[in-house]
Amino acid sequence: MRLPPQPGEAIDRTTAFTFTWDGRSYPAYAGDTIASALAAAGVRVFSRSLKYHRPRGLLTADFHDPGCLVQVGDEPNVRAAHRRVEPGMTVRPQAVWPSLRWDVKSANQLVGKALTAGFYYKTFIKPRPLWPAYERVLRRFSPGGEVPAEPPDGRYDQRYAHPDVLVAGGGPAGLAAALAAAEAGLQVLLVDEQHELGGHLLWGDDGDRAALRDLRGAVAAADGIEVLTDAVVTGRYDGGRVVVLQRSAPGVVERLVKARPRVLVAAPGLIERPYVVAGNDLPGVLLSTAARRLVNRYAVRPGQRAVVLTANNSGDAAVGDLTRAGVDVRRVLDARRGDDVVRVRGRRGVRAVECSDGSTVACDLLVTAVGWTAPTSLLTMAGGRSRYLASAARFVPADLPDDVLAAGGIVGDGSTADLVAHGRAVGHEAARRARGLPPAHVADLEPGPHPELFHGRSNGIVDLAEDVSADDLRAAVAEGYDSIELVKRYTTATMGPTQGKLEAVNTIAVVAAATGRSIEETGTTTGRPPYVPVSLGVLAGRRYQPVRRSPMHTWHVEHGATPLVAGAWIRPDHYGDPAGEVCAVRQGVGIIDVTPLGKLALHGPDVADLLELLYVNRWRKLAVGSVRYGVMCTEDGVVLDDGVTGRLGEDRYLMTTTSSGATTVEHWVERWLQTERPHWQVHLVPMTDAYASINVAGPRSRELVGRLTDIDLAPEAFPYMRVRLGRVAGVADCVVWRIGFTGELSFELHVPAAFGQRVWEALLEVGADLGVRPFGVEAQRILRLEKGHLIVGQDTDGLTQAYGAGLDWAVKLDKDDFVGKPELAWQRARDDYLVLVGLQPVDPAVVPPESCQIIEDGQRIVGRVTSSRMSPTLDRAVCLGLVAARLSEPGTTVTVLLPDGRRVPVLVMPQLAHVDPEGVRLRG
Amino acid sequence: MMLLTCPHCGARDAGEFDYVGERRDRPDVSRATEQEWRGYLYLRGNRADWTAELWHHRAGCERFLTVVRHLGTDEVRG
Ligand SMILES: [Zn+2]
Repeated sequence: MRLPPQPGEAIDRTTAFTFTWDGRSYPAYAGDTIASALAAAGVRVFSRSLKYHRPRGLLTADFHDPGCLVQVGDEPNVRAAHRRVEPGMTVRPQAVWPSLRWDVKSANQLVGKALTAGFYYKTFIKPRPLWPAYERVLRRFSPGGEVPAEPPDGRYDQRYAHPDVLVAGGGPAGLAAALAAAEAGLQVLLVDEQHELGGHLLWGDDGDRAALRDLRGAVAAADGIEVLTDAVVTGRYDGGRVVVLQRSAPGVVERLVKARPRVLVAAPGLIERPYVVAGNDLPGVLLSTAARRLVNRYAVRPGQRAVVLTANNSGDAAVGDLTRAGVDVRRVLDARRGDDVVRVRGRRGVRAVECSDGSTVACDLLVTAVGWTAPTSLLTMAGGRSRYLASAARFVPADLPDDVLAAGGIVGDGSTADLVAHGRAVGHEAARRARGLPPAHVADLEPGPHPELFHGRSNGIVDLAEDVSADDLRAAVAEGYDSIELVKRYTTATMGPTQGKLEAVNTIAVVAAATGRSIEETGTTTGRPPYVPVSLGVLAGRRYQPVRRSPMHTWHVEHGATPLVAGAWIRPDHYGDPAGEVCAVRQGVGIIDVTPLGKLALHGPDVADLLELLYVNRWRKLAVGSVRYGVMCTEDGVVLDDGVTGRLGEDRYLMTTTSSGATTVEHWVERWLQTERPHWQVHLVPMTDAYASINVAGPRSRELVGRLTDIDLAPEAFPYMRVRLGRVAGVADCVVWRIGFTGELSFELHVPAAFGQRVWEALLEVGADLGVRPFGVEAQRILRLEKGHLIVGQDTDGLTQAYGAGLDWAVKLDKDDFVGKPELAWQRARDDYLVLVGLQPVDPAVVPPESCQIIEDGQRIVGRVTSSRMSPTLDRAVCLGLVAARLSEPGTTVTVLLPDGRRVPVLVMPQLAHVDPEGVRLRG
Repeated sequence: MMLLTCPHCGARDAGEFDYVGERRDRPDVSRATEQEWRGYLYLRGNRADWTAELWHHRAGCERFLTVVRHLGTDEVRG
């Protein structure tokens, strides 16, 4: 029920709206969480528990509440007690069938004995073939939401931050620490999990609110404090990196902030611990902080009649808040005087509480305040430890590294003024350390006395998210799982959505009691990042991967090119008729955009030595004005890349690489220069984007290019494998080389990128009468396959050494040294490798798909088809393939296994080239 | 992520670098036995101890640098 306005309420009563829950409309105010609006409307059951399908309501009324994971639209596992409700929001309960009210699976409650400790392992382990069926059943019973099949709307983002000090936690100590560090002139990132700064002061009394007003005012006025609310530190990693998940960042669904503070201040406060007693998971059992939040922040009266079990001032304050809210507090059980709850009665919610004095009090609310858990996982991730302090009934931080400090409640207890004073002292010290000063000791805040209250005399639920009871833990211990880490894995306690925040210490306490050891001896489980669940979307972040387009890209799009994604590049695959494009090149002339070819300018007196080292073939005698095809191998002799490199001047070369190998080769060259030959004078400049590259191919290519350039293209003036510099279509500083990847007479033009489209269009315009056609990557692949030119990475793989790629002619073992030389020398003496050969299916109409296996004796794999196409020039299928060396003799018939199971005979050809093996055409 | 100090760019996140591998000397190709050469290619110390490694500041100055790192603790010697 909604109370009249409260002095510290978070809701804005001037903005009212409705949303739907489980198909029905409910009212809400701006500032409500989903759960607070529903609780105000009297909703008590939010979910069904994991194993027993028991009804679950609010417990902590904050982000970590295990009982109210809901589905919002297509977003699963939303924390209903944290997420603010929005107008028109569609909220549904998760995994309840047929409805939240009549969940048939709650029959599990009756057969609960079958679902005790280790039930996943015992029930579903055998017989193994039934696992798929088990998985389907388990999935129906698990309370996870529905993951949408489509990518979610909205963006996820990532950001880097470099604060001097990062303060995790915006309660009184964290606010004071941030202020002290900022006053020292440092940049501070202040992160808090709640929607507003203030920590527990937000639901406190008048004095708390006054103190909070002052602190928030000071933070707002301070220079150098960036505040992230609704944001959680999810982990601390090597090198002091702190990752923050920011939920309410403007414009994005979630943002991951990767911060590298000099000093981390952890001021997370304390998490209230549930009490383990029979019925402790019934709707109506609330923690004292939850009751105070509901009353003071959301003006919600959580029940009519209450019993309060209190062991501390939070419970005492809850009594006051509940009374003021009109709740009839029927009994206050003071655990400091030995009072206790024996069990909670009820089926769909609390109906009565049995007290330790033998009385039973009818009520619909049990509020417990039995102690605190210090969330030390961030500190242990940073290399610190946690130490159990029996007098305070909680773990406290110990042995922190110098760049991590803890402030406030996680360290000890005190008044708001004490917490602020401690925060200030820690913030001041953090500023000193961020400046590199030697660490000084900060006086600790002493933890006050607190009774050790973990579990009562009856069997209650320890892990409310995973539905693990105290008896389950005891059973696991009895079965021999006596280490806390084993109990955790066997029972799944602390492994659910709450990840130990509520239940870890109770788990330890139950296991300690069952094993007869102390809590200290039992120890803690290891807290690992992330502290809270992180969506896959935010881990992926927004992709800023650049897409690369050639200067002629727009032209290709406008002329009907079918795009092909080739690494980062978008290339024209074809313009509608790849076979026609092939014929145009063979019979007339075609032009292709080969801008993605890797291009590296090499300058300096030692370039020839570099080429001699990195290529398997010879380079020393390459004359100015000549180009040569080169093959690079790695040190294991495996083919790395190939391409044409030309000598443009005395000490000036242009190297081309494959499109996909451009970056690899650039790094490869740099690595050899920097690490193995640092004394060589070679300067490398990547030029891939600086030139637009156009290959003009076909018997009429000389005629076409000749119309646009002053370079003498006559065969004797510009022979095959030469380079010339000059103007093309009026564009100066073009590099033109005569090569023949397609097997035809061809000229490759490298023109300054800004003029790429101009030259491209000029070629098409002046060549119209020659029938010039643009051709795409597909036609180029057919042309080069007809010619038998290999593609590194397609016709070779990570094991193909140079001799296996049919590059015998290129490898010069008589050179003193080159990369991969010893391995290639040894390879030549062997015959245990696959060799690249030309292949033609005996049936010319059969084109075996690429990657088809070549087999022997019906099944043994002896090779594979690496490239295959129907050749428009020969009107038959042509292939390249890797086969066992002993089968590589020309005229051998091998067997190719087709995907449909057919086996077809294929002939090994005398050479790789299917068209013009003598190379007459390209030398013309 | 670790911080690595690039001599050109200063302390940077390890994500900016490519790990190339343990530093090792290239045998003399004219004399190397198969065993020596394969050791150079494939055998790594991988000891939980101080190890000289080659890293490449790919997203920075593109320099290759030697990093002396303790493989047990990830400490880096300056
Ligand atoms: Zn650098």
